[in-house]
Amino acid sequence: MTAAVSFRGVSRHFGTVKAVDGVDLDIAEGEFFAMLGPSGSGKTTCLRLIAGFETPTAGRIELFGEDVSGRPPYRRAVNTVFQDYALFPHLNVLDNVAYGLMIAGVPKAERRRRAEEALSMMALPGYGGRKPSELSGGQRQRVALARALVNRPRVLLLDEPLGALDLKLREQMQDELKTLQRKVGITFVFVTHDQGEALSMADRVAVFNEGRIQQVGSPEEVYARPRTRFVADFVGGSNVLHPGVAALFGGRPAWASLRPEALRLGPPEGARITGVVTAARYLGAATRLVVDLGAGAPPDGRSDVAVLVPGGHPVPAPGTRVGLAWDAEALHPMATE
Amino acid sequence: MRPDRAPWWLKAMAGGGLLFLHLPILLIFVYAFSSEAKTFVWPPPGFTLQWFGRAWARPDIWEALSLSLRVALIATLVALVLGTLCAAAVARTRFFGREAVSLLVVLPIALPGIITGISLRSAFSLADIPFSFWTIVLGHATFCIVVVYNNAVARFRRVSGNLIEASMDLGATYGQTLRHVILPNIATALLAGGMLAFALSFDEVIVTTFTAGQQATLPIWMLEELVRPRERPVTNVVAMVVVLVTLLPILGAYYLTRGTETVAGSGK
Repeated sequence: MTAAVSFRGVSRHFGTVKAVDGVDLDIAEGEFFAMLGPSGSGKTTCLRLIAGFETPTAGRIELFGEDVSGRPPYRRAVNTVFQDYALFPHLNVLDNVAYGLMIAGVPKAERRRRAEEALSMMALPGYGGRKPSELSGGQRQRVALARALVNRPRVLLLDEPLGALDLKLREQMQDELKTLQRKVGITFVFVTHDQGEALSMADRVAVFNEGRIQQVGSPEEVYARPRTRFVADFVGGSNVLHPGVAALFGGRPAWASLRPEALRLGPPEGARITGVVTAARYLGAATRLVVDLGAGAPPDGRSDVAVLVPGGHPVPAPGTRVGLAWDAEALHPMATE
Repeated sequence: MRPDRAPWWLKAMAGGGLLFLHLPILLIFVYAFSSEAKTFVWPPPGFTLQWFGRAWARPDIWEALSLSLRVALIATLVALVLGTLCAAAVARTRFFGREAVSLLVVLPIALPGIITGISLRSAFSLADIPFSFWTIVLGHATFCIVVVYNNAVARFRRVSGNLIEASMDLGATYGQTLRHVILPNIATALLAGGMLAFALSFDEVIVTTFTAGQQATLPIWMLEELVRPRERPVTNVVAMVVVLVTLLPILGAYYLTRGTETVAGSGK
């Protein structure tokens, strides 16, 4: 099956800045795909390359097997939901939603009907006569979604779609976007710097750093088996163990990741590894402890690990010596570095 | 908190300021109806409407008025095209010397009109361009561009760049985006800029004296009338016309640009 979106050695350099640097990527049709990374990692530039707002300085971009590298945005079967929604302030909601249809030459009665349908699908029936300035942030987002989806694009691009919403609305929209994507069945590609958002919504996640893709995989893979130290650290604050420390834990002497929730506390007597609790942070459902192993700190690594103690378990006070237990398979050696 | 009521002396001073600004203009209006033809006498010995008839019947006034209107119209159109393009370039793109361009465009309005006039005159004679209707238009366009540019650049900066991308993302070409998104969003700014430009051009004297040949625009005609008066009140009638023709566009521009503090397309 041909991929919905594929990148072949794509680079986008701005002068000396390598915003995107040799990216290879395949996004399958119907997939909910997340591009995750810190700001400046190249994820947004990749989205803009798919939309056609940027042209690659090297490499090829294909949409459904067709090379679109030099094609302008208005000739791509792709629509975008912008971070600030970019609704047209001089048009009312209905005309905003119908804009793409108007440009495509759809007759007035039909585009009106389809725009109203799209608004109903986004739970905004009867809002057509309002101006974008009269809507709340969440409503604007729905209008932006309706405006993009009404054109029946083959790929929908979302640039930090939830960034401008408050926490409660953000969680609600995460569920709604996921449901919406299943309902319309088209490929969603979304950009986010929030690992929680990426893990909870996406079928697959690409983790970006400094213009390159560090790892592509399902949320479970990226979370449990990070390929690089950057991924381990960025996706959910895993313990990144120095080769020396990894060996202590019974692994190969290579960089390894060990999730804080995979560690269990026990009495120090008879434990293979013991340490001293140096800090505790209460998180509600759990408490995050920092345990200093004191095992002769390696030069460029840390000798302390984070341990997540689930609620209901006794939490030792700082200064207490504790023993650590873990399952051997939880220790995940990383391929590079 | 409600501000305290202004004390009586502050009100009196504000009233005095307004009188100082507008009383002379009111006097001109009154003199337009005076029955005394030679000098300004206060109070006017009698009131008459005959000067309106006289003014109406003078072909030189019609000629000057028509020239002024045509010059203002063409200069405004030239300024609308050039000023808008300039503003789009400065507000929308980054290039070497952008700040300098932005300053250079605004400079003509800061320069004394007499400098603009002298330099234009010497440039015209250097290039062997005879003085004509078009030399006046060119002279006026120099400062008309500035007001259009200023209005347009402010609006361009407030229209989010994403709107243009959104339009193209939804299938619109550059031309369609210009027509359906850019123009509707900058229309009022252009109209306001154009009206101000028109008003500026219509009552301009200094640059015109250097760039006009034998032709007289309405303000130039008035100046000549003051030097060798024939029928003073007729000049006052014309003055009223000038005030109205310049005041109305300025009021219009004020109403068009007020209440637009919200940033178009910022989305929040």
